[in-house]
Amino acid sequence: MEEMLREYLPILVFLAVAIGLGLVLILAAVVLAVRNPDPEKVSAYECGFNAFDDARMKFDVRFYLVSILFIIFDLEIAFLFPWAVGFKDISDVGFWSMMVFLGVLTIGFAYEWKKGALEWE
Amino acid sequence: MIQADLNVILPEIMLAVYAMAALLVAVYTGKDKLAPMLVWLTAAGMVIIAAIVGLSGDGTNVAFGGMFVDDAFSRFAKVTILLSAAAVLVMSQDYMTRRGLLRFEYPILVALASVGMMMMVSAGDLMALYMGLELQSLALYVVASLRRDSAKSTEAGLKYFVLGALSSGLLLYGASLVYGYSGTTLFSGIIQAAQHGEVSLGMLFGLIFVISGLAFKVSAVPFHMWTPDVYEGSPTPVTAFFATAPKMAAMGLFARVAHDAFGGIVADWSQVIALLSLLSMFLGAVAAIGQTNIKRLMAYSSIAHMGYALMGLAAGTAFGVQALLVYMVIYVTMNVGTFAFILMMEKDGQPVTDIRSLGMYSKREPGRALAMLVLLFSLAGVPPMLGFFGKLYVLRAAYDAGLAWLAIAGVVASVIGAFYYLRIVYYMYFGDDESEALDQGSGTPVLWGFLMASAAVMVLGIINMFGVEGAAAAAAAVLVN
Repeated sequence: MEEMLREYLPILVFLAVAIGLGLVLILAAVVLAVRNPDPEKVSAYECGFNAFDDARMKFDVRFYLVSILFIIFDLEIAFLFPWAVGFKDISDVGFWSMMVFLGVLTIGFAYEWKKGALEWE
Repeated sequence: MIQADLNVILPEIMLAVYAMAALLVAVYTGKDKLAPMLVWLTAAGMVIIAAIVGLSGDGTNVAFGGMFVDDAFSRFAKVTILLSAAAVLVMSQDYMTRRGLLRFEYPILVALASVGMMMMVSAGDLMALYMGLELQSLALYVVASLRRDSAKSTEAGLKYFVLGALSSGLLLYGASLVYGYSGTTLFSGIIQAAQHGEVSLGMLFGLIFVISGLAFKVSAVPFHMWTPDVYEGSPTPVTAFFATAPKMAAMGLFARVAHDAFGGIVADWSQVIALLSLLSMFLGAVAAIGQTNIKRLMAYSSIAHMGYALMGLAAGTAFGVQALLVYMVIYVTMNVGTFAFILMMEKDGQPVTDIRSLGMYSKREPGRALAMLVLLFSLAGVPPMLGFFGKLYVLRAAYDAGLAWLAIAGVVASVIGAFYYLRIVYYMYFGDDESEALDQGSGTPVLWGFLMASAAVMVLGIINMFGVEGAAAAAAAVLVN
């Protein structure tokens, strides 16, 4: 039992550090920071829009496009990480599979570039 | 090792590589100007791959540790899928061009959807199944909303996407339960975990969720709600595509999962599928009566037909799977012809979908009206046509498997359903001859050819079904053992 708990000790340490650091930063902001509020600063952050507004408003479909493109390449990284960590142990097949995957992604990227999906005008 | 694996999936690789190459070439050169050429090229490519799959394939080959299975069953389904996709693609060219819908992405998306369908019918693992299903579905969501400035088309795409995502969720939940209780995602492992009717409750739940997810894809009642709206909203050639190849793929996948993964517990899924079949047949027969839009009518018609096809699966025997395959081939052939006719329905160059506009069509276009009459009789299952023999097959399979009540219900539903097919015949031959008449001589020789060929098959097929029976029997024998 004690053995198992000891293995979890680093997590406990991390928790303590995280909470401590969070508290220090918030308190430092209260004590040290220059306060000069305006409505934009105190309102909740919502990228590109008013935080409290009619939900049924029109917005540019390009927001959607950009976020989708972001997701694709974000996921690519999620695949690349374990592949890179295990790089020493994987076979040639594993290596070339990832190359094919990246190749397919590149084809998609070339398509969207040429199609003008990356331009905001 | 990997060489052998790649050899087994060579047809899929060829089509996928073609799609990617075509995408790059088209976007860097002529863009939409290349689209008509790409349509023909893609269709030709699909026919060639269908020939390769159908003629050179031999025996049962397994790749990637059992995840991908190439056997007589998958080859049968693949040939049907590729040929029907090619037919619909060729049929759609003129319609799409004249309405400014022919973007070069269209044939490429159809090709990618076909790769997904080929993957589906060859799946030997829950993950391969899901991969194929999503590849197919994602391409289909996009082509459903191809007419971007039409509210109905975008609604169709969105509805299809939301409900498709829901069904994928159900399927994945079921797959996770099956994995949890059997310890493997391989069908060959699942069948060992579920033998001789002994199955844990969790596994059973997983099975039901997987069936629900697949029932969404084949639009079986009670998972059919999306079908009429999607069929109506999509551009007509896309509707024709939805009604043919994806249905074959989903049915093939359904049979593959039922027999390859859960073949040891037939009694457990047979009753569920029998219920799906019963509900689909009756809802398809009754709900279409009030429809005057021919695309919505065809949606309910396809729901009813899926009910009959599922009857073959519910039988749970090799003969049942053979009946299912024969039924699906006949269904796809009939639909190609019927949609060729619908694509030709025009008034002042604009597409018309109201069946009342067919009043006295026989006087103006006797040849086409006769071909459509043959197809409608065949869809209804009137005896001399091929559609009747398809129904006879599944009814016999159900009867032989001790599901006489289902067979009787099938006959009753087919009599009810005959009403709305015959009503179209009534309009064509005895309706009022109004000024609302359709254009004469509309459509292209390609559409005319497909309509006539499909009608001819419905009549000539009764002699020997062009050898489909034998191939279906061989395919079914591989799947059920």
